[in-house]
Amino acid sequence: MSTDTNKLKQIASQVRRDIIRQVAAVNSGHPGGSLGCADLFTALYFDILDHDPSFNMKGEGEDMFFLSNGHISPVWYSVLARSGYFPVSELATFRKLNSRLQGHPATHEGLPGIRIASGSLGQGISVAIGAALSKRLKGDDKHIFVLTGDGELQEGQIWEALMFANHHKVDNLTAIVDYNGQQIDGSNDDVMTLGDLKGKWVSFGWTVLEMDGHDFDSIKNTIAQAKSKRGSGKPTVILMKTEMGKGVDFMEGTHNWHGKAPNAEQTENALSQLEETLRDY
Amino acid sequence: MLDKYTYTEKKATRDGFGAAMTELGRENKKVVALCADLIGSLKINTFISENPDRFFQVGIAEANMMGIAAGLATTGMIPFTTTFANFSTGRVYDQIRQSIAYSHKNVKICASHAGLTLGEDGATHQILEDVGMMKMLPGMTVINPADYNQTKAATKAIADFDGPVYLRFGRPGWPVFMPEGEFEIGKAVLMNEGTDITIVATGHMLWYAVEAAKKLEAQGMSVELINIHTIKPLDEEAILKSVRKTGKCVVAEEHQMNGGLGESVARLLATNHPSPMGFVAVNDSFGESGTPTQLLEKYGLSIDDIVAACQKLNA
Repeated sequence: MSTDTNKLKQIASQVRRDIIRQVAAVNSGHPGGSLGCADLFTALYFDILDHDPSFNMKGEGEDMFFLSNGHISPVWYSVLARSGYFPVSELATFRKLNSRLQGHPATHEGLPGIRIASGSLGQGISVAIGAALSKRLKGDDKHIFVLTGDGELQEGQIWEALMFANHHKVDNLTAIVDYNGQQIDGSNDDVMTLGDLKGKWVSFGWTVLEMDGHDFDSIKNTIAQAKSKRGSGKPTVILMKTEMGKGVDFMEGTHNWHGKAPNAEQTENALSQLEETLRDY
Repeated sequence: MLDKYTYTEKKATRDGFGAAMTELGRENKKVVALCADLIGSLKINTFISENPDRFFQVGIAEANMMGIAAGLATTGMIPFTTTFANFSTGRVYDQIRQSIAYSHKNVKICASHAGLTLGEDGATHQILEDVGMMKMLPGMTVINPADYNQTKAATKAIADFDGPVYLRFGRPGWPVFMPEGEFEIGKAVLMNEGTDITIVATGHMLWYAVEAAKKLEAQGMSVELINIHTIKPLDEEAILKSVRKTGKCVVAEEHQMNGGLGESVARLLATNHPSPMGFVAVNDSFGESGTPTQLLEKYGLSIDDIVAACQKLNA
């Protein structure tokens, strides 16, 4: 489906409201990275992905998206609900007992749209590679996307996966890195420097693209470019520059809101900055 | 009845796995195999040569292998991961836990060179904790067949079963004494009926249990022998029915006592039919280099150790 940029901006504003309201309601969850990826998720689910909200696990004939940094579940739950995978009202159950909306995404409770549990970091690219290999075996020409955090790239399994995707020429796969430069304990550079990240991916045999994760035209064009690399024999990664906490001024540009919920007053302040474009749940 | 368990040849259980993979490659196009640089050890050369597009060499990167397998299973393939038991479990426990077990992916984790009988490579490779780790994962089926024939049949059976499975087998040549082609997941095999004591054995230790039972019967003890190839889910009815009759039970396994089949049987009996038990297993120790037979003897897993455990309970 195709959605114009103005409409995408409106949806993203509501997605950001959903994020704040989900974490505020249970005083827990991860708003910072969720807000930073709100524009990407909105573009994916309302413009880019060829997907079916009636949901089948195998994803035959569909593009498939995997989330490796599972802690940004609030943004994923919001776009899944808003694009028809499950009732928007169910967002009110986030992180509560007996909910399908677990703190980190899971298949265990059968939430439509989720194909594998994530949260323990570094595993998503491997899983996405498996799905990409399967599509290739079946002659299914749809595409596989996987999002990872940047701090997550400190996990060793990531680099195992990168080596494999190059060796086996997995070119129906696009990885996207949420390159916000922050992680729980501080900036990437303070915690464990990622160094020449672009050079690292290049040296592992990947085509590297870059985009502005808050510019819908940049997102659409770059992902289209990534998909056009099919047949090149090389996997593609997009280093997506984002700002943690984007859209809520006091949450922007700091790691402090990685895994902390706003209090009542902060919630009111945050929501005042985000237009209610679709109905709040 | 025990007399029928004899052998004319020794073959490794891993060869049974490889033979079954060859057949699965021809029969089931959804079956794919992955290997972490141990093709020859896992005996899957024929599968690979006949199905090059359905085999993925992952290199020495077991964590990635488990994730890729989970992705393949998500889309409806039936992936078999292959490496040594050590690298199939402890090294990748979190990947199995999150991406396979919790996500209920139809991945078959096929693990060779388990236990002391790996031999000369020593304790770094002789995992004795794998059954414990894997049986603790909710929804994981854990299978440890006894010989070539049973391993081959088990490998075929798990391909038709929907859910994650840990299949454990070994390196050395071992007596082939079980019938061909018979395997039902979760269904114990009653090897011999008796009234004085129940021996429950799994994996390589089943042959030793057969030999021990023969010795005990020659001494006048009536031994009921149960082959537990599926450690989880445990065939509780088969064990309870037997121990209700015999009143005591010895469990033999090539694994730590901590976390092994013996503990599963102990919990079953403690909560249903409290009975004296004996445990023939490794007692909180790592292994070392040596031949399989030497190691089983040194660590208390010999035929005579099973005999002694039964005599002690029956005294």
